[in-house]
Amino acid sequence: MEFVVISLLNGITYGLLLFMLSSGLTLIFSMMGILNFAHASFYMLGAYFAYQISTWIGFWPGLLVAPLLVGAVGAAVERYGLRRAHRFGHVAELLFTFGLAFLVEEIVHLIWGKVAVDYRIPEELDGTLFSLFDTDFPIYKGFMMLISVGMLVALYALLTRTRIGLIIQAALTKPDMVEALGHNVPRIFMLVFGGGTALAGLAGVIGGNAFVTEPGMAAAVGSIVFVVVVVGGLGSLGGAFVASLLIGCIQTFSVAMTLSITDVFAVVGIALPEGSQVARLTITQLAPVLPYMLMVAILIFRPRGLMGARES
Amino acid sequence: MKSSFVKRLTLAASLMLIGGSAAAQVKIAYIDPLSGPFANVGDAGLKGFKEAAEILVNQKGGIMGQKLEFVGFDNKGSPQESQIQLKAAIDQGFRFITQGNGSGAAHSLIDAVNKWNARNPDKTVLFFNYAAVDPTLTNEKCSFWHFRFDANTEMKMEAISNFMEKDKKIKKVFIIGQDYAHGHQVAKYTKEMLAKKRKDIKIVGEDLHPIGRVKDFAPYIAKIKKSGADTVMTGNWGNDLSLLIKAAKDAGLKARFFTYYAGGLGTPQAMGAAGENQVLQLTEWHMNVPTKNTEKFALDFNKKYPGIWFYYLRVNNMVEMVAKAMNTAKSTDPKAVALALEDMRFQNDTGEVWMRKSDHQAMQPLYISIFSKKDGKTVKHDSEGTGYGWKTLATISQRDSQLPTSCIMERP
Repeated sequence: MEFVVISLLNGITYGLLLFMLSSGLTLIFSMMGILNFAHASFYMLGAYFAYQISTWIGFWPGLLVAPLLVGAVGAAVERYGLRRAHRFGHVAELLFTFGLAFLVEEIVHLIWGKVAVDYRIPEELDGTLFSLFDTDFPIYKGFMMLISVGMLVALYALLTRTRIGLIIQAALTKPDMVEALGHNVPRIFMLVFGGGTALAGLAGVIGGNAFVTEPGMAAAVGSIVFVVVVVGGLGSLGGAFVASLLIGCIQTFSVAMTLSITDVFAVVGIALPEGSQVARLTITQLAPVLPYMLMVAILIFRPRGLMGARES
Repeated sequence: MKSSFVKRLTLAASLMLIGGSAAAQVKIAYIDPLSGPFANVGDAGLKGFKEAAEILVNQKGGIMGQKLEFVGFDNKGSPQESQIQLKAAIDQGFRFITQGNGSGAAHSLIDAVNKWNARNPDKTVLFFNYAAVDPTLTNEKCSFWHFRFDANTEMKMEAISNFMEKDKKIKKVFIIGQDYAHGHQVAKYTKEMLAKKRKDIKIVGEDLHPIGRVKDFAPYIAKIKKSGADTVMTGNWGNDLSLLIKAAKDAGLKARFFTYYAGGLGTPQAMGAAGENQVLQLTEWHMNVPTKNTEKFALDFNKKYPGIWFYYLRVNNMVEMVAKAMNTAKSTDPKAVALALEDMRFQNDTGEVWMRKSDHQAMQPLYISIFSKKDGKTVKHDSEGTGYGWKTLATISQRDSQLPTSCIMERP
């Protein structure tokens, strides 16, 4: 019981971080139809910007300024890069963002070096929030959860309850009509892209010091965010939220299991040859690939994802 | 206009070539990760080698008047990429290579070097291994062309298990490691040796995680906690160790950690006060082992490279022993150097380092130390500016660290 509660808590925390990472990606995809391969690079930029700002004026201003800066970079990328690439179709866009990811990594190498930077959790947030069954729960994890849930609520409210949200949604389905009504559709797209990357930047500000801020951090999360978006349903914010929590919990609980593959196959009545490489694998060892297995299964059996709006 | 530019360029290039050969150098290719999740580890190693070559060799007359130089080749931590980088180094005329991070890459290099040397007896290559600790590299897979300057996992586990044998507080041990050769070896030897020395100790859990991919170790810590372990044995290194200890600290896990690599590369910073009297390490040296020259060398190094703390004494051992071998052999031919390096007894700051001839495994004194508050006496120096440093609990003499080898070496 105790172990289940702790693992659930760990799973939800990890899931909420995944949601922070993928919400921007799914937003950009649902609004603009762009699958942004460089999304995790904006996450990394967020972490590095926040580190730089924290060395000058502290963590709290960075929490606000770093995502805005990342958003500005994102908007500039859309305005001067993606918009041009867009004319040559989706493949050009895809390749553009793919190349951008490498470019950002090299730029980070040049400016901050190849080694991890010392980006630390602020002292106010370094400590124990509460103890549950004699396991401590750090304040910073609580803070991460708070920001993540706040992000979901704010995004949902913005898109469905405000005027600008309505225009964004309208521009998505009827761009010509919205343009005829006097709105600047390209600028709306630029704002959406900037906003989406700013969200990734915010995740970086928070994830960077919870884990490690280093040039490989984008590559490390780059693939898992796509799993979240595909499983949740391309373009569905709610889906991404559910998928994040699901994947977070799957990973946590599969680490926690002490079963081996042999035990799993024994349940369905298949005996694996003893002592073979496969038979000795444990579920814990498989934990990191389980999300990808889930993605493959979803693509085969339910291509539009858990809550996706369209087949794509 | 254009053609004259090209001419000038060719001239400049040919001048550079002439210049290069005039100041002849002994060059060693450093094939280790310089990008990716372990870039920090590879970067610190390369700086260590460069500094050691400069201070310990070049400023003392070099190798027969030539300078010793280390050049980085990024293998991205991968065995495949290591072979590509080895090929690149050979093409550029390198005859000596060094590698340390990851036994997977070391296996791949030892195979490639053996193959190359069999086919090119006039252009042989010598492999100095400063940190890949898989015992097979100096047992079943031993090679005349490979020298190891770090104690291997079997030797390290022998020392750690001897220490555990006497500590009656240890009842339940959990083993966690990276899912590759090294992690498997640590788990294997921990189980074997504890079963022999302390039958009452229970192994309450054993986990392998993918190397360099886990960001959140909280689930693993929850599992360790559930198992009731009072001791955790891990061979993790780099960020995999820092993040593991960070997660243990966040969750308030009280178990003691026995590690190989907690002494450097950001791990002390990640531990901070939470590591006090909780984390132990086995090394060939640490900042609070009283020494004549190394202390000053380390302090100078730390000042010169802010953010990196001197950590590998074995890097210095290797540089000095290789230079000595070349000077003794009066040659920079890999075979002559290998013959001079075999059976060498080298006096370093902590005692004698002996390069055993039968398997090319270096024997040296080892230290078990615990993370403790800096007190200016036994803990004179702190680690990575944390206010905590390493206190020696046990010293293993060079003789005691020796274990038999199964190596049957093919000699040219």
